[in-house]
Amino acid sequence: MIKKLIQRMTFWKLVLATIFLMGLYISYVRFFKGLGASTGLSDKFPWGLWVGFDVLCGVGLAAGGFTITLVVHVFNLKKYKPILPATVLSAFLGYLLVNAGLLFDIGRPYRVWHPLIMWNPHSVMFEVAWCVMLYTAVLSMEFSPLVFERLNWEKPKKIVKSITIPLVILGFILSSLHQSSLGTVFLIVPGRLHPLWYSPILPLMFFTSAIATGLSMVIFESYLSRRAFKKRLELDLLSGLGRVICVVLAVYFVLKMKDLYNRGALAFLLDGSHESKMFALEMVFGVVVPLILFSQRKVRESQGGLFIASLMVVLGFVINRLNVSITGMLRSSGVNYFPSWMEIGATVFLVAVGFALFAAAVKYLPVFPKEEANAEREFAYLTPKRANSIGSLTAEAEAKP
Amino acid sequence: MRKGMLIDTTICVGCQACEEACREKNSLPECNQSDLSACKFTKVFERGEYYVRKMCMHCLEPACASVCPVGALRKLEEGPVVYDEDKCIGCRYCMQACPFQIPTYEWSKALPRVRKCWFCYDRVLVGEQPACAAECPTGATLFGNREDLLAEARRRIVESPDQYQKHIFGEREVGGTSMLYLAAVPFEQIGFKSGLIEKPLPLLTWAVLSKLPDFVLVGGTLLGGVAWIINRRMTLEEERIQQAKLGGNRDAKSRNTLSRLLGRLGKD
Repeated sequence: MIKKLIQRMTFWKLVLATIFLMGLYISYVRFFKGLGASTGLSDKFPWGLWVGFDVLCGVGLAAGGFTITLVVHVFNLKKYKPILPATVLSAFLGYLLVNAGLLFDIGRPYRVWHPLIMWNPHSVMFEVAWCVMLYTAVLSMEFSPLVFERLNWEKPKKIVKSITIPLVILGFILSSLHQSSLGTVFLIVPGRLHPLWYSPILPLMFFTSAIATGLSMVIFESYLSRRAFKKRLELDLLSGLGRVICVVLAVYFVLKMKDLYNRGALAFLLDGSHESKMFALEMVFGVVVPLILFSQRKVRESQGGLFIASLMVVLGFVINRLNVSITGMLRSSGVNYFPSWMEIGATVFLVAVGFALFAAAVKYLPVFPKEEANAEREFAYLTPKRANSIGSLTAEAEAKP
Repeated sequence: MRKGMLIDTTICVGCQACEEACREKNSLPECNQSDLSACKFTKVFERGEYYVRKMCMHCLEPACASVCPVGALRKLEEGPVVYDEDKCIGCRYCMQACPFQIPTYEWSKALPRVRKCWFCYDRVLVGEQPACAAECPTGATLFGNREDLLAEARRRIVESPDQYQKHIFGEREVGGTSMLYLAAVPFEQIGFKSGLIEKPLPLLTWAVLSKLPDFVLVGGTLLGGVAWIINRRMTLEEERIQQAKLGGNRDAKSRNTLSRLLGRLGKD
């Protein structure tokens, strides 16, 4: 019996089980002993890894959701429809995890609903709270057709589908507000956030980098799903995304550099400080190199190339958010902060839960298109070949007396 | 009338009577923290030959109150910035936003509160002076109307220009604070933050936040319009295909005129 059980346990399942046990223990310490017992935070450094990674990065990494839904439903680029369900799923899971991360981080998690009835429109955090709640709701509605399809509930599926476009537009507005407002959060700390990162256009920078990263996450996830679940995804579709990422990265790079120039902060780049090195790391590794990679046709048309380049964008993005929330704040705080093992452990736990949920969803829900042929037929009228045949059909029709 | 306190670091002898008075007034436990903490709302620091008392500055336009998502922190007209612990969700944005790094947190508790000096608002609201000012033996901490205190500070500077810097800390910093400081040496030398802007910090975020309703309305309309135009074109194209397939049969046009006009709102 036990032998059988052990045989069925693969290495990764064992790892996952260990992470879950650790997560349970950390949750116990966090919720019953408090933040002091579980984190490295202090009065002078009140925000750490849970804000910097779980919230700031979690939201950004989910940005593929609102961009792809907009492209498919509003701009009607049907080509991207096959990756839509997987993208919405990961955005939905991403936001669930952001919510979970917030519950870990805020001192009184059972009051998380307070912003619903206690308003302070002057607070960016108030806006963030509403965006999280509303966009999670929108995402769950965008995601629900997959569940309804599985359950064969035709009516609710129809209802949700009938409001798709208003829902997508609402989702786009909420998430662009949310992405940018995470940058606005840091506008209140001039003089505390290092001048390499503090900028009046932080909201715009957060928004732009989130789009590049959201799209990179789509490539990243597609690649992993392909390997893990043996699902096929079209390469030309992903290399199209690569081209877009290339453009967004270029815009972001110009924004960042021109902003440093405008504020006269270019000198900080070369002062050899820890901050300047971290800034160089984030820009070179996360922006410049992938920008060059994505601009190469060879890279865009190879699985591995796309994967590496998008992974770099994602990592660069994570470094950027951690730089803004931690590296850039350290010097002025006058104390030292490094995340405790429990902060890191809880983060690993939440990410692992995300992977597990993603795998479960892929297994039980129609996340990936069933047959390529089907999809092809559906969108055939968009391809030039079919357009020609339409032309000939029309000609035929006209020829008929 | 807006109340405030004038703290003259040239008079302070470092007796710590204010610390003790504060501890008693707020029934705080004894604690030996090196800085302000959840058990110490005010502390006297030795800076060279001077003593400097540190506590909440009670800004005229407090960043902490502006960033609090639930409005747990509030600026009273009389001056104090107060805290409603029943509202607080514990996001600690106030601690992050404070330019003086004043608010502290009960890190060791499972249900923690933000802690800081409340300017003894119960006493201030009935016209009495805070515990620390009442106990100060030298008059280094002086309680009164902010305007009167500013006048007094200016008077001291004018009367003994050799003894004071020509700078009242808190008059203009981050839009002005209720606590005003005088010193004999430049403030950076005795541990004060330098390089603070004179603009109230909440204006920085409000500049963005105030534009959000416009963004939502204009953005929503724009995207709605784009969706309408593109989807209508797609619908028409599809119809053409259908029509072509059916050999130009006009009856086979879309059944629903409204959905043709609007493009499709729902998708399959």
